[in-house]
Amino acid sequence: MLVHENTDEVNSTEEIDDAIDEQSDTIPTRMKMSVRSLDFFYGNAQALYDISMDVAEHRVTALIGPSGCGKSTFLRTLNRMNETIAGTRQQGQVLLDGRDIYREFNDPSAIRTRVGMVFQKSNPFPKSIFDNVAYGLRVNGITDRHIIATVVEESLIQAALWDEVKDKLNNSAFMLSGGQQQRLCIARALAIRPEVILMDEPASALDPISTAKIEDLIGELKVKYTIVIVTHNMQQAARVSDHTGFFYEGRLIEDGPTRRIFTRPDKKKTEDYITGRFG
Amino acid sequence: MQELKFKPKSRLREFLGEKLISVNAYIALLAIFLIFAFVFKEAIPIFTDGAVQQEASLEKMTFKQEFRAGREARWSWQPNSDIPKFSLWPLFLGTIKAAIIAMLFAMPLGIGAAVYSSEFADRRLREFIKPVIEILAAIPSVVLGFFALMVLATFLQNVLGLTFRLNALNAGIALGLAVIPIVFTVAEDAMTSVPGSLRDAATALGANPWQVSLTTVLPAATPGIAAGVVLGFGRAVGETMIVLMASGNAAIVSASMLDSVRTFSATIAAELAEVVFGSTHYTVLFFIGALLFVFTFLINLGGDMILARLKQRLQGKTS
Amino acid sequence: MITETQDRPVEKKELVELQFRPKTSGTIPRGLTLLAVVIIVVILAVIMGNIIWGGIGTVSWKFLTHPPEQGMEAGGIFPAIFGTVALVFLMVIAVVPIGVLTAIYLHEYTSPTSKMTRFIRVAINNLAGVPSIVFGLFGLGFFIGFIGGGLDSLFYSGEGPVWGQPAIIWASLTLALLTLPVVIVSTEEALRTIPPELREASYALGGTKLQTIWRIVIPQAMPGVLTGSILAVSRGAGEVAPIMFTGAAYYLPYLPGKLNDQFMELGYHIYVMATQSPDVEATKPLLYGTVLVLLALTFALNSIAIVIRSRMRKNRVGT
Repeated sequence: MLVHENTDEVNSTEEIDDAIDEQSDTIPTRMKMSVRSLDFFYGNAQALYDISMDVAEHRVTALIGPSGCGKSTFLRTLNRMNETIAGTRQQGQVLLDGRDIYREFNDPSAIRTRVGMVFQKSNPFPKSIFDNVAYGLRVNGITDRHIIATVVEESLIQAALWDEVKDKLNNSAFMLSGGQQQRLCIARALAIRPEVILMDEPASALDPISTAKIEDLIGELKVKYTIVIVTHNMQQAARVSDHTGFFYEGRLIEDGPTRRIFTRPDKKKTEDYITGRFG
Repeated sequence: MQELKFKPKSRLREFLGEKLISVNAYIALLAIFLIFAFVFKEAIPIFTDGAVQQEASLEKMTFKQEFRAGREARWSWQPNSDIPKFSLWPLFLGTIKAAIIAMLFAMPLGIGAAVYSSEFADRRLREFIKPVIEILAAIPSVVLGFFALMVLATFLQNVLGLTFRLNALNAGIALGLAVIPIVFTVAEDAMTSVPGSLRDAATALGANPWQVSLTTVLPAATPGIAAGVVLGFGRAVGETMIVLMASGNAAIVSASMLDSVRTFSATIAAELAEVVFGSTHYTVLFFIGALLFVFTFLINLGGDMILARLKQRLQGKTS
Repeated sequence: MITETQDRPVEKKELVELQFRPKTSGTIPRGLTLLAVVIIVVILAVIMGNIIWGGIGTVSWKFLTHPPEQGMEAGGIFPAIFGTVALVFLMVIAVVPIGVLTAIYLHEYTSPTSKMTRFIRVAINNLAGVPSIVFGLFGLGFFIGFIGGGLDSLFYSGEGPVWGQPAIIWASLTLALLTLPVVIVSTEEALRTIPPELREASYALGGTKLQTIWRIVIPQAMPGVLTGSILAVSRGAGEVAPIMFTGAAYYLPYLPGKLNDQFMELGYHIYVMATQSPDVEATKPLLYGTVLVLLALTFALNSIAIVIRSRMRKNRVGT
């Protein structure tokens, strides 16, 4: 049912679905982030070639592609996390609300409070649950204990973890299960009130039930935030995202509304990937 | 919802913090330079001061001297006699004698134990041997010197019927005890770092465990073992307290290892307390110190280079 | 025209017979190397046994808390214990911050291949190999002569040496340089166990490098810092040559109270008592007791450090 055979029937179901999709996608939404002609290098090796793409506000954008295609590298250019690795450089523009995050901001940490990140393998600090969520606040100068406590609770609620941990906030974060730790990391990222949340394969290390919880969470979060998610699980991308970009060997082959990418991709490569011919 | 106002990060604080950290890191580098500079500085008069050179020029310190007109030319270290004598040769000889005895004692024991630990011992035995060596390494040298002075010297004298209770052999053995941990650790490290793939290859061709060790591991680890010996020798040359307490401190020229000896380091330690600041004797002691520094610096550099090249080689093989 | 290949009959050669010879079983090497281990263990046991046997009778509460009496023939060694503790305390205050920051600089700020890193590492390795008596010379020439003398001429002209003389502050700074490599190596080992994901998480939340180091890296590296400090203390308490001319004294009627006081010290006490006592037999009990105390102190410290280190190695983040 994935590939649409070219017929002349105008009113097939797929076309109607597509029409609905394209309509809903034309509900005015501005572009929260825009990438223009981005090249990225690890030392002398080029990893990303001339990527141009938009990230719509309050939508979930999924990045798919075979392993090693550059989707994680691309994700990390959106919050300047690649700068923590020596020898990297990029050319081109990455705009947040119209401003180039590389050229118009001196301090990368200022970007990261607006574009947050959740990692593939959950990485809670060796601290208590409370201190984990509070970390971002403290590191950005919030010292009022009342404010911190309130925001920690808010964030844990948003991450759908509050009920499970409200009595044990002082326990070590490592006492939580894998799925809970990942939601803790999401709460931790939410605490600093980012505008965009980047998620690098957030559920790949989790069991199906935890994965489902996180996918539900993503659906809820997009109301207030803009989400970009990297995933190698195409079903997940189809379930969760509004917009999808397909990466291959460092290039953005195609991007568009998720429904269309998965049913009527323009490029053959996309079609091959989606039908499982490689990757 | 709660209002949040983030404090902007102070770039000045970041900058100052990083500067502080990087400046601090140069302290170690600075220290080496300063040590050389200040020790050498006090020794410079040997090259520049005529009065010092009357008694202790480079020539006078190296070659046999006719200390009294008409008497036979000889080497002698007697800085405090009427005619001060500053021949370095007895001290050099003493240092080398003690160090060689130390290595002759430490090498078989240290390398042997390392081979046993790496090639023959099971995990439990290895877990026993390592702490034993660490305990040996932890013994302060003054305690080893004490032991050599009080117990070992008597034992050797009784067993071997020696004339001099404190001698090169006594000091050398105690010195060897201090060197064993160095030789052991470096050699054992080298042997256990030989990649398992090499061992597997030999085993798969039918070699039994000892053959694997003999034909594969030991040859591959030889540079590491050599480095251990080199570094151990450096320690033996520079060690002070043991020789100070156990060697008899007699600056004589003799080939016998049963005679007392005086080493460079012990000379400095024994005589620095009584020198007049700025005197020739003082200058010569610092000169000896500078020599020691340069010598151990070169030895350690050599040992480290061997180890670095060994690491490169092993890593090249596994990649 | 058809060319035909000659159809030469394939000669069936007899394959050369391979006769594998019986192998060396390795029992002799095994036995010899085991002997090396045994000898080391026996020697260690003899040393420990001798010291424990000789000193256990002397060590008592009174011994540990009273000053020496009757020319070191009776009483206790409290001032030496106090002096040793004061000495290493000052040393730790100096060496730990410098060592930890150096390790952080090397691990967090530089790449392993940069030239500066290699220079610093060479300097650290060589610092570790400098003979302890040369440290003593350095302490004398630099700390006492240059810095102390400089302070005296700037602030106390003409009053006689105030800082330009043997003092506990200079001895502890000299020891700090000597033990610097220990702290650096230990801290670096701990830094290496911190997974990069932890640092990344901090950066992703807007943390700066300094904040990440202060809030995440250093706390995680604490076991290594602790191990290094304890090993440094153990080493510092046992070294005598560096403090012989920079502040240690055999008998003082007072305890060091000011930074420019001299001090009694366990290792130095052992050295002088063992080599310069007029009546060796009479001071023997005190001597053995002092050695036992120093040895016990050293081992206690080392054991604690080893325990912390092995727990740190097993206890990585997330397990």
